[in-house]
Amino acid sequence: MTVHITPKLPKALSRRTVLQTGAAAGGGLLLGFQSPFAAASIPNATDGAPAPVGPFAPDAFIRIDRAGHVTFIMPQAEMGQGVYTAHAMIIAEELDAAFETVSVEASPPSDALYGNPVFGIQATGNSNSVRAFWTKLRQAGASARAMLVQAAAAQWKVDPAGCTASNSEVLHTASGRKLAYGALADAAAKLTPPAKPVLKNPKDFKLIGKPLKRLDTPDKVNGKALYGIDMLPAGVKFATLAASPVFGGKVAHVDDSAAKTIPGVRQIVVLDDLVAVVGDHMWAAKTGLSALAITWDEGANAHVDSAQVWKDIKAASEHEGAIAKAVGDAKKALQEGDPFEAHYELPFLSHAPMEPINCTVSLRADGCDIWVGTQVAARTQAAVAKLTGLPLAKITVHNQLLGGGFGRRLDVDGIEKSVRIAQKVDGPIKVVWTREEDIQHDFYRPVYYDRITATLKDGRIDGWKHRITGSSVMARWFPLGFSHGIDGDGVDSAVDEPYEIPNMRVEFLRHEPPAVPTGFWRGVGPNNNVFAIESFIDELAKKAGKDPVDFRLAMLAKKTPRLASALKLAARKAGWGNPLSPRRGRGVAVQVSFASFIATIAEVEVDHDGNIRVHRITSAVDTGIAVNPDSIVAQLQGGLIFGTTAALYGEIIIDKGRVQQSNFNNYRMLRIDEAPEINVHLIKSGEAPGGIGETGTTAAPPALRNAIFAATGIPLRRLPFDREVLAGRKRV
Amino acid sequence: MTSLRINGQIHEVDVPGDMPLLWVLRDVVGLTGTKFGCGIAQCGACTVHIDGKAVRSCFLPVGEIGNRAITTIEAVGETPTGAKVQKAWLDLEVVQCGYCQSGQIMSAVALLAATPNPDDSDIDAAMAGNICRCGTYVRIRAAIKKAAGAQQA
Repeated sequence: MTVHITPKLPKALSRRTVLQTGAAAGGGLLLGFQSPFAAASIPNATDGAPAPVGPFAPDAFIRIDRAGHVTFIMPQAEMGQGVYTAHAMIIAEELDAAFETVSVEASPPSDALYGNPVFGIQATGNSNSVRAFWTKLRQAGASARAMLVQAAAAQWKVDPAGCTASNSEVLHTASGRKLAYGALADAAAKLTPPAKPVLKNPKDFKLIGKPLKRLDTPDKVNGKALYGIDMLPAGVKFATLAASPVFGGKVAHVDDSAAKTIPGVRQIVVLDDLVAVVGDHMWAAKTGLSALAITWDEGANAHVDSAQVWKDIKAASEHEGAIAKAVGDAKKALQEGDPFEAHYELPFLSHAPMEPINCTVSLRADGCDIWVGTQVAARTQAAVAKLTGLPLAKITVHNQLLGGGFGRRLDVDGIEKSVRIAQKVDGPIKVVWTREEDIQHDFYRPVYYDRITATLKDGRIDGWKHRITGSSVMARWFPLGFSHGIDGDGVDSAVDEPYEIPNMRVEFLRHEPPAVPTGFWRGVGPNNNVFAIESFIDELAKKAGKDPVDFRLAMLAKKTPRLASALKLAARKAGWGNPLSPRRGRGVAVQVSFASFIATIAEVEVDHDGNIRVHRITSAVDTGIAVNPDSIVAQLQGGLIFGTTAALYGEIIIDKGRVQQSNFNNYRMLRIDEAPEINVHLIKSGEAPGGIGETGTTAAPPALRNAIFAATGIPLRRLPFDREVLAGRKRV
Repeated sequence: MTSLRINGQIHEVDVPGDMPLLWVLRDVVGLTGTKFGCGIAQCGACTVHIDGKAVRSCFLPVGEIGNRAITTIEAVGETPTGAKVQKAWLDLEVVQCGYCQSGQIMSAVALLAATPNPDDSDIDAAMAGNICRCGTYVRIRAAIKKAAGAQQA
């Protein structure tokens, strides 16, 4: 197979980086490219044949050249989740393109052309790339296919209804004549797209549902894949920076006398809130930065610490929140029954993608090029326009593969800092953050404090009150998502919890932590809500004297049958109920998140010193139509590890206004020698595709917590798991 | 000037002797397949081979390398073991974001070169220094075993 991705640099950069749009006859879009750079300007370039351009470009997503080469323009960022392959499969399915020959490339920034249909802006997040673009990309493929068929039929002077397409060819069934897409490209380009393209019946899918090989991985095993951090435009200098260790602090004074003497150090850039050292290479920049004596004006936040953060949020959570959902009469049910209450706590977390934050900038009087891996290409462009005063059209964003996103690259702070440094430097500059800077200047997953109260009647939940207290990331990042005091993400998987509960009330109480910036983190709102709800459900099951799986099934069967089926499958596959040795336990968690239905069972062992060994995790997943089943399994496997890492180790602690963690030695990641066996079982479904990238992260912590509960009887109520509590040296 | 033997080619570089090999490879020689992850030898993204052994290049001063052979991800596929590991990685679709995978593959190739038929504890010992934030560990383990099997055949 010769599937390849058009390398995004240098080829894409050298020949057709700026996508220009113009109205074309028939309402379609004609798209052309211009070249801002010569390939020779990129020293790590390996030049090759020009990538195909048109002439058949029926919409923003599809290009077919005269040789029949098919290129798809990818609206969403590839950060490991496999979206390039999934989106290509969806378009190729309806286009009937020969999948082995398609190329993909990153789209330029444009909310109008490449906006996420759910958000209305160009953003890769909320596990919705497949869901949001499912219909749009199918229509794009089907429309282009209809035009190619029409062009062939016209040439043969036959009825298009007598023609079919497959493998990038149109076939006239009666005569057996064939025309390749490349030979039809010019004629098809002159046609009007159909008003209502006819989509395939899913039973006729040839690509969707097959575990196809990913388009982006061959170059990721041989060092050829290029990430933002790999950009080397001609004459580039290297910089690294330090922002105030105390959130919000400013630079008071810099003594650069020692740094200036370091070989390779070229320039020291002092801005009001950061200091950067520019050098011939990262080592010069890094040693130069270490040699600076920087005095910071720490500002108002030098007193902030985690103890105060927790004290404040607990106090805030005593107040009523905005009502996000009310069913029946929760107040009455809770008054009449025997209410059981518990609260749950989630800590600040850093994203720590393996590729540290970086951005390469070439700022000139007449324009600006940005090389970066971002989840928000159009927002990047707008941010750079604002800082530089340049018009949007003069700012070219070359989006690259992302070395992990996890929500970190939904924010453009690293890009803004790089541009502000570039404004003080002549020539192109690559700014790379150290890992320490990356961990200490993140937009952190907020701390959350959940209070849940419930009553039981006949072994089932009768009354339910869930109050979520925490930061509203939406209010900062996407204000439309925060209204009437409710953060739409903050209550996700809580207002739509899966159980039949006759009387319920869900409240959101916005409480911003002092100083600490908060952001989206893989799994977002459902992480908090599913952890709190599923932990609490296990405590209720115990109170009711029921088996945790049976207790759930009884309340799921009618309201959420897809989840009930997943739970039954997971229980069977995990050997639920089979005897375990002492100190071992199985725990279950179920979730409806990102429109997927998932049941997860973890098996752990806890020793008397509180050490936790995760032996295996089993998930059963109904995510509707599985575009690429192997990628879905991979996302679950990886997401479960991501969530296990958070549950076992993840916590950012603030002291004196500073983040105490700094690198992987004290902000621990799960390693291969601690990784459990993971088994993922996909449930075949004809429903519309669900989201998957974040679901495993949500699933692991409550399943592990409930397994620990089963193994030890200790009901942990905060993350990460406290070994001191498990060792009996501290109370819950 | 420091003389380095990288992927069979001699490179003369004008850099300080205490400069870690990682930055020489990436910023001076232009071999960007070797990645920066932590700078303190905690994550393994920067793993290369020095005379066939896995070494964290972010912590290795170039002045200490001498004439020893440096192999990076760009050339590891030229060895039979390297090619088998790369193939197993693709066959089992190990990779997600891919940023750590250069280092993972370099560690796996060094493991198989020294221990052609590793058991789980050998894999744990050789690979625990390489963090994968996407969490591809299950497939890394399987791919190493697959490559080992292919090696035997």
